[in-house]
Amino acid sequence: MVTSANYFDQLRKSRVWRSIFRSGTGASTLHRSLVIQQDVFLHLFPTKVRRRMLNIGVTWYLGTLTFGTFMILVSTGILLMLYYHPSVPQAYSDTKDLQFVVTSGLFLRNLHRWSAHAMVFLVFAHMFRVFYRGAYRPPREFNWIIGVILLLITLLLSYTGYLLPWDQLAFWAITVGSNIASAVPLIGNKIHFLLLGGNFVNANALLRFYVLHCMILPLAAMVFIAIHFWRIRKDGGLYSHSSQPPAISDRSAPKEDR
Amino acid sequence: MPDERQLQPAKLQDGDRRAFFVKLGVGSLSIAAVGAVGFGYQFLSPNVLFEPSPILNVGKPESYPPDSVTLDANSGIYLIHSNEGFFALGAVCTHLGCLTAWKPELGIIACPCHGSKFSRTGEKIEGPAPRSLPWYRVWLSEEGDLMVDRSTTIRSMQFLRV
Repeated sequence: MVTSANYFDQLRKSRVWRSIFRSGTGASTLHRSLVIQQDVFLHLFPTKVRRRMLNIGVTWYLGTLTFGTFMILVSTGILLMLYYHPSVPQAYSDTKDLQFVVTSGLFLRNLHRWSAHAMVFLVFAHMFRVFYRGAYRPPREFNWIIGVILLLITLLLSYTGYLLPWDQLAFWAITVGSNIASAVPLIGNKIHFLLLGGNFVNANALLRFYVLHCMILPLAAMVFIAIHFWRIRKDGGLYSHSSQPPAISDRSAPKEDR
Repeated sequence: MPDERQLQPAKLQDGDRRAFFVKLGVGSLSIAAVGAVGFGYQFLSPNVLFEPSPILNVGKPESYPPDSVTLDANSGIYLIHSNEGFFALGAVCTHLGCLTAWKPELGIIACPCHGSKFSRTGEKIEGPAPRSLPWYRVWLSEEGDLMVDRSTTIRSMQFLRV
């Protein structure tokens, strides 16, 4: 009698499987932890997480949900790129084509847009939770800084994506937003010029915002997301009230008046 | 055959050598970093811009009736024919660059974005705008057309009489 579990065992022992997964074939705790530790993506994560830390009340899953919206934005964004030309004569009509001509284009565009709104909301909710629960305290203070960088990247992604439909709202929003950059002392006008690739929101600005939105900022976000996840593991795992970091509890221990 | 002492004339200590190479490495990397910043700045500044000329031909003076304010939304200027003469105002708000609008019923120029208000001669009345609207140089071409130079601001209240 050959069950499906046997099939899977046979598959795991096969040469192809062993060449892809280096962690061996055993089912011991050691082997199972090696599967996690040696995975190129999952080595970012701790080998073990306490079941208690997976209760929704500990984190409300806000960071995971933020990452989920990010993955939706990457996948829908890549699909939208297949029908969008970042050029002045075509950008607006391509946006309209996505809505009314391309099959499922309206769904993809709306999914991209609403996920972007959800991501900004979730980033803020995540940061409020971390702040009010004190999860930013040592040894996690550097991960808070990484989080602030990720907040800025999120806002810049929203801002650069705003121009791409190339309608009146996009044009004036970027006109106003880039003029805010001019308020930087001394180098403000230079920043304005470099950001737009000219003195007005025009073809160069559209192309620059497209490259920023589709290449530079997503790649930067992925690098910082990787560091962010890795630091959770290195800084002692997820934070909850009852797992106060030793740096805080050691310092407060000898004092009587606390 | 060279003498062995000639190859190591000053008896360099290992520490000295390491410090020297660290300085050499950090120094050359610093120079390269400065160069990269310079290169990046030069590369990101376009050398040729396909932007409209700042000098506009806005047509014959007769096409502007007396006591009228005409907005050219594409070029972002007002051509105003007042009792004192012609003048051109920048129509782009000095706050954050929105296009303002002439409100004939109120006799003012108003910005739709953040509520700045300007008089017909461009002076700021209220709102977040830091400055009044600029006056641009206006002159008559040899063909008798009104010309405006958006790159040259002049002091206010300099009217062109035709």
